[in-house]
Amino acid sequence: MTGYILKRLLSAIPVLIGISVIVFLIMAMIPGDPATAILGSYATPENVAALNEDLGLDKPLVQRYFIWLGNMLQGDFGRSFALNRPVLDEVMERFNATLVLAGTAFVLCSVFGIAAGVISAANQYGLADKAITFVVLLGISIPSFFLGMMMILTFAVNLRWFPVSGMWPIFGDRTIWVLIDHLAMPATALAVVATGVVARLSRSAMLEVLRQDFIRTARAKGVHERRVIWGHALRAAMVSIIPVLGIQAGFVLSGAVYIEIVFQWPGVGRMLVDAILRRDILLVQGGVVFVAACYVMFNIIVDVAQSLLDPRIKT
Amino acid sequence: MSAFLTLLARNRLALGGLIVLCIVVLLALLTPLLPLKPPNVTDTASRFQPPFSEGALLGTDHLGRDLLSRLMWGTRLSLAVGFSAAVIAATLGAAIGIVAGYYGGRTDNVIMRGVDMLMAFPYILLALAIVAALGPGLMNALIAVAAVNIPFFARNIRGITVGIANKEFVDAAKLAGMSDAKIIVTEVLPNVIPVIVIAMSTTVGWMILETAGLSFLGLGSQPPVADLGSMLGEARSALITNPHTSVVPGLMILVIVMAINLLGDGVRDALDPRLKSGALSRPMPATMVRREGPIPQAQGDDLLAIRELETQFHVKDRVYRAVGGVDMSLRPGECVGLIGESGSGKSVTALSVMGLVASPPGVITGGAVYYEGRDIVGAPYETLRSMRGRRVAYIFQDPLATLHPLYTVGDQLIEAVSSHRRVGREEGRAHAIDLLKQVRIPNAENRIDSYPHEMSGGMRQRVGIAMALANDPEIIIADEPTTALDVTVQAQILTLLSDLRRERGLAILFITHDFGVVAQLCDRVAVMYAGRIVEEGPTDAILNAPAHPYTSKLMACVPELGGGRRRLEAIPGLPPAVDRLPDGCAFADRCHVATEACRTGDIPLDPHGPARRVRCINPVLAPKTEAAQ
Repeated sequence: MTGYILKRLLSAIPVLIGISVIVFLIMAMIPGDPATAILGSYATPENVAALNEDLGLDKPLVQRYFIWLGNMLQGDFGRSFALNRPVLDEVMERFNATLVLAGTAFVLCSVFGIAAGVISAANQYGLADKAITFVVLLGISIPSFFLGMMMILTFAVNLRWFPVSGMWPIFGDRTIWVLIDHLAMPATALAVVATGVVARLSRSAMLEVLRQDFIRTARAKGVHERRVIWGHALRAAMVSIIPVLGIQAGFVLSGAVYIEIVFQWPGVGRMLVDAILRRDILLVQGGVVFVAACYVMFNIIVDVAQSLLDPRIKT
Repeated sequence: MSAFLTLLARNRLALGGLIVLCIVVLLALLTPLLPLKPPNVTDTASRFQPPFSEGALLGTDHLGRDLLSRLMWGTRLSLAVGFSAAVIAATLGAAIGIVAGYYGGRTDNVIMRGVDMLMAFPYILLALAIVAALGPGLMNALIAVAAVNIPFFARNIRGITVGIANKEFVDAAKLAGMSDAKIIVTEVLPNVIPVIVIAMSTTVGWMILETAGLSFLGLGSQPPVADLGSMLGEARSALITNPHTSVVPGLMILVIVMAINLLGDGVRDALDPRLKSGALSRPMPATMVRREGPIPQAQGDDLLAIRELETQFHVKDRVYRAVGGVDMSLRPGECVGLIGESGSGKSVTALSVMGLVASPPGVITGGAVYYEGRDIVGAPYETLRSMRGRRVAYIFQDPLATLHPLYTVGDQLIEAVSSHRRVGREEGRAHAIDLLKQVRIPNAENRIDSYPHEMSGGMRQRVGIAMALANDPEIIIADEPTTALDVTVQAQILTLLSDLRRERGLAILFITHDFGVVAQLCDRVAVMYAGRIVEEGPTDAILNAPAHPYTSKLMACVPELGGGRRRLEAIPGLPPAVDRLPDGCAFADRCHVATEACRTGDIPLDPHGPARRVRCINPVLAPKTEAAQ
């Protein structure tokens, strides 16, 4: 097992390098001169040249990439000029907030998506199946930002169940209940689309499994139908559901940007949008690389979970 | 194509989606011709007019612009951008996929590595990075969304192309000296296009959502021009005071994307061959029962008595009579063989006993099954469940498919017991080891933690038998348990079953197509053909003097070891399809002694000597010896 984890970690290295190259190349496409962007249009040519040298921008592309990579490996992601603080500090702080939001949404979409898919499959063409299929279709068709806005209107403004936005109250105590109170709506809004996707896939995976011979064997043994569905069938279906959960993790992680904007959640997505609008390139670059790297790591966890679940995978 | 359209039309939801989408697209195309107010003219005097107010059907926004006009123009823009992104992504993705799949080797390797890298990014993050580099703007958002979707198309199309590139017609074209470019255009592309269409139909909704999302963030269309996403983004600040400015564009996105998704699902279903055959139907916990007519009474004190059992498969408007009135009985400790060709209904008969026929499409439409005098057809689920495995246990063919691949054999054995009575961990484990020993699995203490895929076919079959023995059942129904095994293992398994039967006094219903097995194991044998029993009696008597022409033909097919040179007779013709059974004897068309009388009316299963019955008006040989006795 340890060997397998190590192997997967090693295989992540080329992916991480690839990600850094892609991000670097995308950022290198930016027209114009970053130094001018930082110093503003009133800067003297001497100042621009000095800053270019300072940032290493006078060097060739390949060399610049390796300097950037080397700095990142030492934990130096550069400085955000708009916020005037190290990129990594800002990203880590914001990423924590995103992780709380996306993590909750991920748990919600996994639990409810799988449950809905299983119930739907177990009652194929029945009333529950039709109802779930319709709700799921609605869920995957609604833009999460629109859903979020409608939730604010309904549950915060009209019913006053939850606060309109934010993560913590500016004054007052930071208890877990305050967090949950603020988290409930954004996490739900973020989870809805992913839940729909997971439910659809779980349904078809379950239908596939329920036709297998070993399900008939379980029934012939006298295993209770509840256990046939939620034990035997779901266990086998998880093998094809888990990779989709991995994809959905990436989806909630990056889709969080809309929700963070709508609910004023201080996450990394909102930071990125602000940085893009302010042309704070180093912050964008660092943020994208950091989140993408975290996602690659998460996918390794998914693979390991998969191998634990399926003894047929050679570890 | 027309068949595809009919299928699509049959799917009402998809048709609804198509109609809604057509209306929206038509309105968007006609927008410049409609008598709408100019969308970008501000009129701050009449800002935030509510819907249905004078001169503004949907009201006005924060700058007093007419919402209906902005909605139509915004829809036009959103649709155009979404569809363009889909077309660009599909074209470039397909080109990359075809090149990678067609040329293969190193080209494929390099390209697919790059695609994998792009797919390692969380989706929207990559789009954000691209917009960050290009700067905000609708065109840039379009490029970003298209770029992000290219890997998806490339990967799908590559998979299809690899399959096509190895087909004979491509080889033939290469031999004919066609250039690669020409082969791709004339041979590969036409086969790939349907896949591209399906992939587009499932992703275009996404792309509309994503471009709307980027515009919502302020990274797409820039004021004063607005698509649906930026309309929502601008309305957000007035969400609480004037919600209608948000609801209008939001609902429009929802309607468009939902229509596209409905249509996409319909397209996919129509093109998925598995759905057409109804093969995706899911077995219910017990077979459906819809008995018509009187329920036959139990006779005698048999342990298990099957009376006039009828099991059918209802697929769409067709009815397959898999079992058409079967009578059989099993006394304690007796072994009865049920023999017949594939498709003769022997497995369905056996599965009907405990309601294990997959349903839908299976339905028990008549007859009864008496266990110790009690009819269990249509018994409540809990009654049936408590009998399964405890009173009547099954052994199935092909134990690799019939054992759960992800549970250890120990867990599967323990579960067989714990489904019927409480067992502690240690007790269950000890019992499972004991069971494995009983079926002569060496090293049972270690084997108990193995997974089915780690065992040989013979070992797995033994596990299947151990599972059937777990609760000391009265009856074991063995459905071709040795068919998937090689001859020596087969012999071992048969010896094992015969020993167990003697030790435990088990009654066995043994289903097979092999007369050798029947001779070795069974006291009595029943021969099935086209869903009915055609001959039944003591094994020796039938083997020595088959009365039904089918039985004798079937026996003539079996090679005998040491039986000398003998012509193996294949039976001419095929069994009749069970959805179109002929009148009279189902075997008449293949029978060499058939007469006109064989083809009319129902031929009963009549006594033939003291212990035998046969369903034939011209039995092969009169049972002289028995009659003389």
